Amino acid sequence: MAAGPIPFVLEHDMKYASIGVLAALGALASLPASAADADLKALREEIAQMRKSYEQRIESLEKRLLQAESTSTQAKAAADKAATQTARAGEGKASSFNPEIGLNLQAALTLTRVNPSSWTLQGFAPAGEPDELGPPRRRNFSLGETELTMAANIDPNFRGYLNLALTPENAIELEEAYVQTLGLGGGFTVKGGRFLSGIGYNNEIHPHAWDFADAPLAYAAFFGNKLTAEGFQAKWLAPTETYFELGLEAARDNAFPGGARNLGSGGLGTAFARLGGDVGNSHSWRAGVSHVATNPHERGYDGEDAAASATRVLFGGKSRTTGLDFVWKWAPNGNAKERSFKLQAEYFRRQEDGRLTCRERDSSGACGGSAGITDSYSSRQTGYYAQGVWQFMPSWRVGYRYDKLDSGTPSFGPTLVATDLPQLASWKPARNTVMVDYATSEFARLRLQLARDTSRGAGRTDNQLWLQYVMTLGAHGAHKF
Amino acid sequence: MRPILLFLIALLAMPAQAALNVLSTVPEWAALAQEIGGDKLRVASATTALQDPHHIDARPSLIARARNADLLLATGAELEVGWLPVVQRESGNPRIQSGRPGYFEAAAAVRMLDVPTRLDRADGDVHAAGNPHIQTDPRNMLVVGEALAARLAQVDPANAAAYRTGYAAFADRWRAQVKRWEAQAAPLKGVAVVSQHKAWAYLYDWLGMREVAALEPKPGVEPSLAHLAQVRDQATTSRPRMVIRAAYNSARPAEWFAREAKVSAVVLPFTVGAPEAVDLTALFETTVQRLLKGL
Repeated sequence: MAAGPIPFVLEHDMKYASIGVLAALGALASLPASAADADLKALREEIAQMRKSYEQRIESLEKRLLQAESTSTQAKAAADKAATQTARAGEGKASSFNPEIGLNLQAALTLTRVNPSSWTLQGFAPAGEPDELGPPRRRNFSLGETELTMAANIDPNFRGYLNLALTPENAIELEEAYVQTLGLGGGFTVKGGRFLSGIGYNNEIHPHAWDFADAPLAYAAFFGNKLTAEGFQAKWLAPTETYFELGLEAARDNAFPGGARNLGSGGLGTAFARLGGDVGNSHSWRAGVSHVATNPHERGYDGEDAAASATRVLFGGKSRTTGLDFVWKWAPNGNAKERSFKLQAEYFRRQEDGRLTCRERDSSGACGGSAGITDSYSSRQTGYYAQGVWQFMPSWRVGYRYDKLDSGTPSFGPTLVATDLPQLASWKPARNTVMVDYATSEFARLRLQLARDTSRGAGRTDNQLWLQYVMTLGAHGAHKF
Repeated sequence: MRPILLFLIALLAMPAQAALNVLSTVPEWAALAQEIGGDKLRVASATTALQDPHHIDARPSLIARARNADLLLATGAELEVGWLPVVQRESGNPRIQSGRPGYFEAAAAVRMLDVPTRLDRADGDVHAAGNPHIQTDPRNMLVVGEALAARLAQVDPANAAAYRTGYAAFADRWRAQVKRWEAQAAPLKGVAVVSQHKAWAYLYDWLGMREVAALEPKPGVEPSLAHLAQVRDQATTSRPRMVIRAAYNSARPAEWFAREAKVSAVVLPFTVGAPEAVDLTALFETTVQRLLKGL
């Protein structure tokens, strides 16, 4: 293509030059005869010959010019075609945008019988400040988390992802920021940065893709609604026909069930294995087992002692959580457009052994004043949830979820008194949730959810109602299974 | 324990070594690859003809299959955007990542129709690159097949000659068949039709049919009663001869419209694997016959 215009211009110039020469010669030929006739005749013949030869040359040049013009058009057409094809070959990623930018908008109208600020999981150490992913935090209309996501392939080897949560309190939280290998080979994938841990099933699913408005109680109890790891993840997918994946994570110990333990080396370790497959065209399933190990140093919460004086309770020791997860999906012939059913269940068990310190926040009180009392502590707590979501016609789904936790009875050393640790007094929280949602498209969902929640303890049952919207705009990355 | 486990894994992985592993997102490219590559390939399709290729779960079984694939065949044009990127990423397989030779997009070889002039989700499920349902025109099988044969030769140079001859034989056969179908389908030229989903642009372009309306108010949006009634009223002037839906579409809207507008409802296979469409030839054979029957 680049060579095209140059011969074209040259021949153009040559053509005009030839015409000029010819015109001059023609003028010469028409001069009145004054010299000898013979000479004149010879000259005329010579000129006529020259004219003939120039005419031939012009003709051939014009022919070449035409050819050049047509080749250049052809070349241009070919180049255009090549260009569209190259452009098109670059597409087919999640979006034609680079990077893909997406926004999840959600908000809910929540009504509760009991004041939301008194919510607690009786029998379980609180995971820290409540977030937008758990039970209702406010009555009335309120925004949920607004998520801004950005993702793109960095080069042929890496992909980067960012997820910022904008909270209704006008804070920006860095939910996820990680890089991931694209083609390490051998079925290996490595992720580095801050990311949702691969443990369990619900943990890696983004809240906007959840089937209910809030996290399962088991996640609230054991991971503060979700386990975020800041470190590395390595996964290996077996080269088998059946899906079998192993994963390991090593991360900083900066989130529940760990506790800010600013050590040089990583403090959170997880491992998980998953198995999955299809049964015919209509059924698919995945089952997994996961383990979370961390050694919190001073994981604390604010409580009250037996005399209702403010205390600070700190745990240090070993925390080991083991989980089982299972999900099963059905759709007639695997076509979920009309009808589908999804069953999801997870079970967790946490064993914690170490020392517990109870310290008065004011100077005096039953928990050893400001110096506090430290003694041995051991607990085994379990929890599970099971939920089913039935899409009975296009766009409409109904779902039911049952949550159940068992705090167990912790064993304390002799100097700690159970009545000074009322938050840890044994209880079995339970919750029944039903929901119905309507999706106008895969990007917009409206949901009504009702729950009856006994998390706060005996005689403090709460009824909750949510009217929620969850909407996504911009590039929307593909969802996980 | 560990050596046993490794041995078992190796054993399970064995069949994967026998031939070039090809994973297609949709059945039509699997069938086309099979026509070209024959026994040199081990071809699987991620979806069946009864599934909507826009809405597929990134199922564990798909991730496992993608893990072992040497070549991933996709339609492209954002048809598989809701699930394929996850399958590619989770597979840990460098061969099939976008931009590598092991990732093939059929739409890149084809002249696209219905390319939108504006991109707005208010217009429904629009694809920036154009209508992705390119397999409904059999002539596209030739251009895609040619590109695919070249790609197979690139990915598996040892069998390059076999792919070339495989494609040449297929193309000869196919051209003759296309000519035959075109002759049979002559009465369809200029016929007005209503589609359930805008899935047939290439078919209409091939046979010279006219789409006067779609039952879906916007691509990918479920037909509403109000919109259906509007299409029915419009049909008194546009006079469609039939309403066309794919085998995977819900039957209700098309049947309702057929009853109300007194036209015939035609169910087309849309892709290989739908009832009667056992292979590529049968796909178009059935398509043409059913359209003729709908006249």
